[in-house]
Amino acid sequence: MSRAATEILRRRGRLLLWVGCLAVACVLPLLFKSGFLVSLLCQMGIMVVFALSYNMLLGQTGLLSFGHAVYYGLGAFVAMHALNLVGKGGGPLATALLPLAGGVAGLLGGVVLGYVTTKKAGTTFAMISLGIGELVAACALMFPGFFGGEGGVSGNRVVGKEKLLGLTWGPQIEMYGLIVAWAFVAVVAMYALTQTPLGRMANAVRDNPERAEFVGYDTQRVRYLMLILSGFFAGVAGGLTALNYEIVTAETLNAHTSGVVLLMTFVGGIGFFYGPIIGAILITVMQIVIGGLTHAWLLYFGLFFLFMVLAAPGGIASVIAMQRALWQAGLLGRMLPHYLATVIPVLVLLAGLVGLVELAYALLAGEGATAGDEATRVLGMQVHLRSAMPWAAALAVSAAGAAGLYWIGGRMKRAWHETLSTLNGGRA
Amino acid sequence: MSHPAIRLAGLKKNFGASEIIRGVDLDIRPGERHAIIGPNGAGKSTLFNLISARIPLSGGAIELKGESVVGLKPFQINRKGLSRSFQITNIFHNLSVFENLRCAVLWSLGYRYSFWRRLEGLRDARLRAEAVMEDIGLARRRDTPAGILTYAEQRALEIGITIASGADVVLLDEPTAGMSRDETEAAVALIRRVTEGKTLVMVEHDMGVVFGLADRISVLVYGQIIATGAPAEIRCNAAVREAYLGTSVNHV
Repeated sequence: MSRAATEILRRRGRLLLWVGCLAVACVLPLLFKSGFLVSLLCQMGIMVVFALSYNMLLGQTGLLSFGHAVYYGLGAFVAMHALNLVGKGGGPLATALLPLAGGVAGLLGGVVLGYVTTKKAGTTFAMISLGIGELVAACALMFPGFFGGEGGVSGNRVVGKEKLLGLTWGPQIEMYGLIVAWAFVAVVAMYALTQTPLGRMANAVRDNPERAEFVGYDTQRVRYLMLILSGFFAGVAGGLTALNYEIVTAETLNAHTSGVVLLMTFVGGIGFFYGPIIGAILITVMQIVIGGLTHAWLLYFGLFFLFMVLAAPGGIASVIAMQRALWQAGLLGRMLPHYLATVIPVLVLLAGLVGLVELAYALLAGEGATAGDEATRVLGMQVHLRSAMPWAAALAVSAAGAAGLYWIGGRMKRAWHETLSTLNGGRA
Repeated sequence: MSHPAIRLAGLKKNFGASEIIRGVDLDIRPGERHAIIGPNGAGKSTLFNLISARIPLSGGAIELKGESVVGLKPFQINRKGLSRSFQITNIFHNLSVFENLRCAVLWSLGYRYSFWRRLEGLRDARLRAEAVMEDIGLARRRDTPAGILTYAEQRALEIGITIASGADVVLLDEPTAGMSRDETEAAVALIRRVTEGKTLVMVEHDMGVVFGLADRISVLVYGQIIATGAPAEIRCNAAVREAYLGTSVNHV
């Protein structure tokens, strides 16, 4: 097949994927009609935009930022103030456009702060971004007039009496529609940006800043522009979060938020455009679903992140890309039985570990409350925390899982290496 | 009337107390192929780094086509039409061969920092990158990431990136270093072809390459140029023989 024909096919496939994703995003809440699901999807949509904006720096320009929440938070605060300013005089249309105000705030934040941070790349950039992040977070507590102090700033996204096509943005499902619309536009725009001269030169600056200078590009300018644009999209995400929760607190722009977006992006995979989308969706689900089930969710999250960094440093997207390569080479069938077999010991091990963690957590956190020998509910079971039985059981399950994983996982690893060498051999 | 392509006057560079370049005066004529030779540690690469502003100079003047370029940044000098290659391959490792070359032509075609134009729509950038790709013989490696090319292919890409922008003054730092005999011959043919009508300054150790390619040669020894002239003159120059070439010249 000719190059042009392949390119047309690829483009058509991409268009199909875009439309498909949009369709899924639109249909999901209608299928299940669950308020919880809609809230979850809202948060996902916002985080997708935020994580993609972060990857404009990390994945595309090679800038590790520890303070990206600054632009997200600025967008959120400015959008919230704009909402309150517009107040009764506004209407649903003005509300719908508020994320743009957030975007402009993020962009201006990038113009001012980025000028300082992007002077240097590498470790220096990381350190300065951390410093700026702390600086802005400190300001948030020092200037309660703008940032609202501990309580934050709140507002009401339903303004005025008129409707826009029957919408007021009051019900969560309408808000979800607004988020999907904004997220879709933002994702398309960020993808388009990767296909422009600036987007490509950002990759070049990431790979080899010196060479970029010697083909005529001011690397400092490239970094600066990428940071400004990334600040814009982070601000849009911030504006959406302000509208969605109708409250913005200082936490929006602190180091924790910067850390979460870094983790999302990294877990998803910084080397692929869609990586951060996967990361944002997955981590949001973990935060909200697992966070609702257990208080120890941060611990699970930390373990998961550790596992990802060690097992798949390229992120989930790189794992997917690898399977795709195997599939195209007709080799995926060889690996599938091994994958399926490995799932069993992994689940067993996971069950055992979760048991141990929950027991430990119940013991430590509930120490004061249940000092005696009464039974405590752990994982839906009545157990005596101070008897040996539950601990021994959890330990045994963990050990069984670990042993199984050692054996079955070892076989999978061997098969993996064989398949990989077949794949690479076939290519060479 | 034309200015020299490059004029160096009293050029000095010291790293701390040690003087590496100790007053170099040199005029490179427009359109000539000029080789700079000299023993290891003579300061050849340092000279290139000074001209291309990779490192700041300690004293003296550098003019590019009659215009002082002292104090300019590398990208500014590049925009004035001077392009260079590196002794240690300096390419965009994660980008494909084609993308490497397209990145190298974007500025010269005036696309600057544009984020409102689609790369796919830039016909002239694509054609120019493809033409260079043909020139350097890497057309069948178009979509291969530069990082996994063979050494000789990477060296060819290095030259491709250097000449892609159409700069009229080209500095090549040991373009054939580490190459086999056959690869060297191919590289020399390539250099001859792609620098046609341009000013070429090259640092090179391979005397076969130097005497085969250069119109004039300068000999740099301990940070000073001890002789400049046509290959035949250099061959016969007693000081050169004594300082650097020894008897090996006779074998060329």
